[in-house]
Amino acid sequence: MNKVPSALKIGLRRGSLEIKQFSRQRESVVFTLFFPVILLVIFGSVFQNTIAPGVTFSQYFVAGMIASGLVNTGFQALAITIPMERDVGALKRLRGTPMPASSYFIGKAILIFASMAVQIIMLLGFGVLFFGLEMPTDISKWVTFTWLVILGSACSTALGIAFSIVPKSGRGASAVVSPIVIILQFFSGVFFVFTQLPTWMQQVAAIFPLKWLTQGMRSVFLPDSFAAEEVAKSWEIGRTFVILMLWLAIGIFFSVRKFKWDRD
Amino acid sequence: MSLIEVKGLKKSYGDLQAVRGLDLQIEQGEIFSLLGPNGAGKTTTVEILEGFRTRDSGSVSVLGVDPQIKGHESRIWRNRIGIVLQNSADAGDLSVSETVEHFSNYYSNPLNVQEVINSVGLDEKQSSLIRTLSGGQRRRLDVALGIIGNPELLFLDEPTTGFDPQARRAFWSLIQQLRNDGTTILLTTHYLDEAQALADRVAVINHGQIVEISTPTELGGRATAQATVQWRDGAQIKLEKTDNPTALVSKLSAHFGGEVPEVIVTRPSLEDIYLEMIGNPNE
Ligand SMILES: Nc1ncnc2c1ncn2[C@@H]1O[C@H](COP(=O)(O)OP(=O)(O)OP(=O)(O)O)[C@@H](O)[C@H]1O
Ligand SMILES: [Mg+2]
Repeated sequence: MNKVPSALKIGLRRGSLEIKQFSRQRESVVFTLFFPVILLVIFGSVFQNTIAPGVTFSQYFVAGMIASGLVNTGFQALAITIPMERDVGALKRLRGTPMPASSYFIGKAILIFASMAVQIIMLLGFGVLFFGLEMPTDISKWVTFTWLVILGSACSTALGIAFSIVPKSGRGASAVVSPIVIILQFFSGVFFVFTQLPTWMQQVAAIFPLKWLTQGMRSVFLPDSFAAEEVAKSWEIGRTFVILMLWLAIGIFFSVRKFKWDRD
Repeated sequence: MSLIEVKGLKKSYGDLQAVRGLDLQIEQGEIFSLLGPNGAGKTTTVEILEGFRTRDSGSVSVLGVDPQIKGHESRIWRNRIGIVLQNSADAGDLSVSETVEHFSNYYSNPLNVQEVINSVGLDEKQSSLIRTLSGGQRRRLDVALGIIGNPELLFLDEPTTGFDPQARRAFWSLIQQLRNDGTTILLTTHYLDEAQALADRVAVINHGQIVEISTPTELGGRATAQATVQWRDGAQIKLEKTDNPTALVSKLSAHFGGEVPEVIVTRPSLEDIYLEMIGNPNE
């Protein structure tokens, strides 16, 4: 009788509930799913120059947009919506039930994976159709792509949940979170070619996951010859994996230890 | 052991002492009501019992467990309790039945979703999105989510705020039904008729302290308080306080030779007693 349902079972149910809830919020669907595509269309149309033999800026930019999509849909969305849920008391109500915290986190991760999948399909579709993006034919590139998306989403989810403790209120959350994300995008070589940025910006960016995600996505979508154009003259795949794992661990640690269910 | 045991409970917010040494014992199967003016410390006390707030000192046991418990033990404990908070709201993009159905998945032994929705009178609204519900309807949903897990112990913090009179009566019979099925209930309310109708015992709290614990009929010596007899004598309305109203009325009846004109016998209402107990609010 006291056998409470498992955390995983509840987590899966939360995942489908989160997706249902999300899909009914038209503004957030449009913002999180279409915004990256809109950016792609704008930047891809404005900057059509070639940055290296056989590589256009729009190709470079699609890789960056997929990476920053991971940050937008995960980190940014969660760090803004969780404080809102906290403000209305939805989290406190959950806390009063036998639902474990891990189920809530699993539900969020499922939502992020699902919206990420939709977004990637749209970005790849637009990239291939309009901006000369070439799908890799090499299976090892797809392997890299898959773990980058999975690890990147997980990392972004965990950090978004962890960062949700920072904004004091749901109303102020966007003002705290959005500038961080935008600055990170500038520093990490999403809007500009990374190697053309000042060295100090490159060094700051190298602390955070986004730079590694964008570089990783370039390794998937740009020709291998372009690796020589990177700062380290290589794709640094191993280092990317380690750094993302570290950030994932940091995110999980703070989410589990410090998550706030209540306003005060 | 009692279902809830509180000894010497204290809680301050900065300089403000919200709860100052509170003792409570709530027995299995009773409906226990907390009464007290705004800011008396009711929600603070209840939320400490629910495990939402920490205490500064004192001991608390709820279903034999300290509410500060963590991890899996806490899940097993929460599986046995139901909570209706004083304020709660949700994003509102789900329907009533989707929400109740979802919450039922959190518990090992939930009640039937449809029956719970019917019992709070939301059957006609079950497909509506939460954000389209009226204030009173939302509150009923809160109650539904509080009872869906079939709790042994139910906390209700001002559950009927915003209910229309009919809904309040329906709610009362729902609560009595739950009590008959064995649920222990801790009810905070500002409606004295509600405490009168439901509670087996009431505690009056003021300034974070218990003023008195008693049954609604005996609170503040109400059962033995003097009755007031009122009648008309010619052009005059007369009043007399007495310990023996029956004797007085039969004396009057003899005097008038039968019917006493416009006779009324009253005792102080729960509200009269309560207002006297909590005294001048500016004190
Ligand atoms: N989180 C908090 N931070 C600071 N002060 C608080 C907090 N919660 C309550 N208080 C204060 O503690 C006192 C008791 O508040 P509490 O909410 O327990 O009262 P209550 O009896 O439930 O009142 P009401 O009938 O209005 O719901 C009040 O003076 C209130 O301002
Ligand atoms: Mg209160």
